Amino acid sequence: MSRLPRQALASAFLHRKARWKPLEFAFWITALGAAFAFPSQQLLLSEIAILALFALSLDLIVGYAGILSLGHAAFFGIGAYAAGLISLHAVAEPVTGLILSGAIAGLAGLATSFLVLRGSDLTKLMTTFGVSMLLAEAANQAAWLTGGADGLSGIVIDPIVGLFEFDLFGRTGYLYCLGVLFAAMFIARRIVNSPFGLSLKAIKRNSRRAAMLGISPNRRIVAIYTLSALYAGFSGALLTQTTSFVSPDVLAFHRSADVLLVLVLGGVGYLYGGVIGAVIFTVLRAWLSVVTPQYWMFWIGLILVALVLVGRDRISPARLLAGLRARTGRPASSPAQHQKEEA
Amino acid sequence: MLTILFDGIAYGMLLFVLACGLAVTLGLMNFVNLAHGAFAMAGGYVTVVLMNRYGISFYWCLPAAFLLSGALGALLEVTLYRRLYSASHLDQVLFSIGLVFMAVAGVDYVMGGQQQLISLPSALSGRFSLMGVDIGRYRLFIIVLCAALTIALQTTLARTRIGSQLRAAVDDGRVARGLGINVSLIFILTFALGSGLAGLGGALGVELLGLDPNFPLKYLIYFMIVVTIGGTSSITGPFLAALLLGIADVAGKYYLPSLGAFIIYAVMIAFLILRPNGLFSREGGR
Repeated sequence: MSRLPRQALASAFLHRKARWKPLEFAFWITALGAAFAFPSQQLLLSEIAILALFALSLDLIVGYAGILSLGHAAFFGIGAYAAGLISLHAVAEPVTGLILSGAIAGLAGLATSFLVLRGSDLTKLMTTFGVSMLLAEAANQAAWLTGGADGLSGIVIDPIVGLFEFDLFGRTGYLYCLGVLFAAMFIARRIVNSPFGLSLKAIKRNSRRAAMLGISPNRRIVAIYTLSALYAGFSGALLTQTTSFVSPDVLAFHRSADVLLVLVLGGVGYLYGGVIGAVIFTVLRAWLSVVTPQYWMFWIGLILVALVLVGRDRISPARLLAGLRARTGRPASSPAQHQKEEA
Repeated sequence: MLTILFDGIAYGMLLFVLACGLAVTLGLMNFVNLAHGAFAMAGGYVTVVLMNRYGISFYWCLPAAFLLSGALGALLEVTLYRRLYSASHLDQVLFSIGLVFMAVAGVDYVMGGQQQLISLPSALSGRFSLMGVDIGRYRLFIIVLCAALTIALQTTLARTRIGSQLRAAVDDGRVARGLGINVSLIFILTFALGSGLAGLGGALGVELLGLDPNFPLKYLIYFMIVVTIGGTSSITGPFLAALLLGIADVAGKYYLPSLGAFIIYAVMIAFLILRPNGLFSREGGR
């Protein structure tokens, strides 16, 4: 082994990490099968896919770059409003609208990424929070553009690339969301399992040391933050296109908090955390809002508190998977282990 | 013009009393406690319940709100918060958001979602004119009370034994413990004091800020702004930040009502870009 050049070792390591695992195949096949197995639950499934994409985008910055964001709904909201406005005033074809709104959200991410480069965790929390509140206020005030508190309605979405019409039960919508989620996940996997992804992890663990190794933290953080905003914009656009409606709720604070919870439920820092969390969260919320329609927020809060007190690492699905793999004799990588970094 | 300034000062003073507990836990102890507003809400509801159900005078409700919120704070510190002092910021954020959600839904369940109202004693309601400035009696009362509290707080922190023990415990808990200071007791007391002051602020604010179950979320941003802009060096920083915020908010709402809360957020972001560590940052602060 020692005679192998380091570069070859490193690329072998990355290849090993990037390999598709059987569980992943199983997951995507199940997700595809759900489109036909639960014909009456398609809307819930689309909701899950959208939330999963949103949580995936948050995972890119929280799990890989170590930036705490309390205002990720800002980009979700931008994407949602952009998609609504584009289909009202420009093109009603969803894929074009999706790409355009994602690009707009990405630009917004690029513009605001410079705010999260400086200061402590607290400063970052406050700036992200501030940006999202600013946008929420703007959407509320600019009634001529966004419809104010009433939101945008009357959005008509054409068939996808002119072929697949959105049906009443939402199966097309779900397959469309799932397709976007899959493409996003595919690209995200490529990115985080590249040298670039590794350097992000280094920055997260200790940015000063990473800088000394010749990794420029700022440029990489700007890049990943922009990508994350782009993804969040995609998920917002998907919400608009599948529900044909945008309300100021897409920018609300609870959305930023919810997506953090989703990510934490599934486990931070291995991409599938957001997806698993989205499944758990949506099912949980659907169940709780049937049991206690008005007070489900209380139980969500209780889950959060309990999760933190018990220890996120101990009960995260990532850990369970790693444990499973360890038991079957494979080398286990436990991504959720490294959360407690040195300040 | 001067009336707006006066109202702004009263508002800022109130914000300071509400937020100064957070300035200690977040600024000094480095604990991201987003649930601070929940203690203020507890104080507000204590006042509402005592006044409207039991007919107790407003003046007695204030100390009651202080004591009960303080006790609640101490209880939560001992049972929950203490375990998370050394946890990562993400954990602290999640934990305190969870607490806020529970508080919001819990209060909604017990008290209902409507806006709560109290009727102030007649000595505090109404306005009078002094040299052309229109002065609300209640606002004057708030300014006097909060100024007295601020001076007392500053003296306690800077001059007394317990104040210096607190500063020592916060700066370096390990060394402080080695010097025989009971750090955990100090932290309980501090946390209780901060929550108690928030409760008192909540009680005072029922009239000015309104009170409904969404109070902790609605005013969270204001508390955080006070602390982040004020910095962590002393009580003076948050105090000035609170005054500035109060005056800016009142003036903004009066002169440019269409912009709403826009100005506040924009000013905060601008401040954070220029001075990421606050207006008055401490050398070597964490």
